[in-house]
Amino acid sequence: MLKIIKSGMQTTVQDLGRYGFQKYGVIASGVMDPFAHRIANLLAGNEENAATLEITLVGPVIQFSEDTCIALCGGNLSPKINDQEVGMWRTIAVQKGDTLTFGSPRNGCRSYLAVSGGLAVPEVMSTRSTYLRAGIGGFQGRALKAGDEIGLNPFPVDRTAALIREMDWLVPPLHYSDSPVIRMMEGRQFHLFNEFSKQHIFTEPFSVSSHSDRMGYRLEGSPLLLEKSSEMISEAVAFGSIQVPSDGNPIVLLADRQTTGGYPKIGQIASVDLPLISQLKPGDQLSFRKISLEESQALYIGQEQQIQQIKAGIQLKREEWK
Amino acid sequence: MDYSFSSLGDQAIVIDVAIEINEEVQKRIRKISLLLEQQAPEWMVEYIPAFTTVSVFYNPLQADYQTVESDLRELLMQAPKEIEAAPRTIEIPVCYGGKFGPDLEFVAKHNGLTAQEVVQIHSSGTYSVYMIGFAPGFPFVGGMSERIAAPRRDSPRLSIPERSVGIAGIQTGVYPIATPGGWQLIGRTPLRLFRPEKDVPSLLRAGDQIIFREITESDYQAWQEDEHAEDH
Repeated sequence: MLKIIKSGMQTTVQDLGRYGFQKYGVIASGVMDPFAHRIANLLAGNEENAATLEITLVGPVIQFSEDTCIALCGGNLSPKINDQEVGMWRTIAVQKGDTLTFGSPRNGCRSYLAVSGGLAVPEVMSTRSTYLRAGIGGFQGRALKAGDEIGLNPFPVDRTAALIREMDWLVPPLHYSDSPVIRMMEGRQFHLFNEFSKQHIFTEPFSVSSHSDRMGYRLEGSPLLLEKSSEMISEAVAFGSIQVPSDGNPIVLLADRQTTGGYPKIGQIASVDLPLISQLKPGDQLSFRKISLEESQALYIGQEQQIQQIKAGIQLKREEWK
Repeated sequence: MDYSFSSLGDQAIVIDVAIEINEEVQKRIRKISLLLEQQAPEWMVEYIPAFTTVSVFYNPLQADYQTVESDLRELLMQAPKEIEAAPRTIEIPVCYGGKFGPDLEFVAKHNGLTAQEVVQIHSSGTYSVYMIGFAPGFPFVGGMSERIAAPRRDSPRLSIPERSVGIAGIQTGVYPIATPGGWQLIGRTPLRLFRPEKDVPSLLRAGDQIIFREITESDYQAWQEDEHAEDH
């Protein structure tokens, strides 16, 4: 069991999301950084889709009430166990009574805590992720509060792991920059924008505004405008769609995006770069680079192959530790 | 039938059915949805039907864009195995005005009508559900009389109570969950449109016909108690 001593800024239970219900208007939810979530689970010996805690910027204080293994991947929020620094992207053994705390963010803003066995919360609509606005899923449909106790699914305790705190073997971390270049495909309404905007999106930087959350990031920069204003008919949006309301400030739609939208989409972020944008904080800068659909699909396949290699590597290591 | 296709990022394809919204287009969207339900391609993750488009999400490890497009072209040439029966008609009871419909007077004044006339017009129409989107179970419906059309509020409310019935332009709809929004609120229904505990979590689906029926506040309270009892 995990006991939440302090909640942190926004700590929620998430997995890879809710699929098959968007046709009913129900959002996908799920983790903002799927790469970090999947690797954290693999390092903890779980299936990639097991529920993890998504920890945002100011981390919680968590006490473990049993011996287990954990992994923290994603943004580095200076994690410590019993006041001793611990590393990211590796398997860590914890013992009953140990306390996990966080400090200031070193890079990124979202850390994923996977615990062996996965967090035991009920599935709602085939997912354990939290849908905050509807108050369903995850842990009682809400962000965690002090005093919450989250159960763990049964998992055989790794005896060797109990002897060593931290494995010296780690997965190469993603490089989270606070001014990344994000690869983007032209959106379905790209052609409706004026010449200036069509060039500008690829040449000028944007900054992440304070009106940014799991639903989407509002960006600020020179406004992006349509050649001539026109009313668009609402259609589906996707994780990483960049839509532009009439004020010209783009909004990047993220994990808690609505299912459909009526603003023109100037672009669509390559799936492999979603973790990079999801780790940005208000005030961070980003710029966009154009990429083709074919390149983006090739990068996606490349990343999946990389994850398969990591998975095989972790399995070998886990055998050695036994 | 000729459809055009384009990508929505590296994991989705959009089938463009038409450039305007009408009943005929709605039927074609339903037909595509049925085909996708009955003969789901193995690379398909899910699909989202909208007013004039159907977007299909796929697993790029199983098929690339070209494969998805050609599979869909082939699928769309077929007819669905079972066609849906006549559209369902769903009655939505509404307690108009008062604390549930703080903008009813505004809508009336805007159109030079009395509040009761707005209620009468709103509750005498038959509406078609064109799509579900924006929020869980939120219906975009057509068929509202222009006589009760009203612009959105200048600044959206930060939170609209769930089950509020509103008007925006020539659209009317019901908010299934509490959410910020700029619609003019004319009443509230005791009916739950979003039912997360059900296999099909949305009471309404695209293609349904809906009618609104006026109820009193005491009907509303009684109804809500019944719904509550049904949940437990």
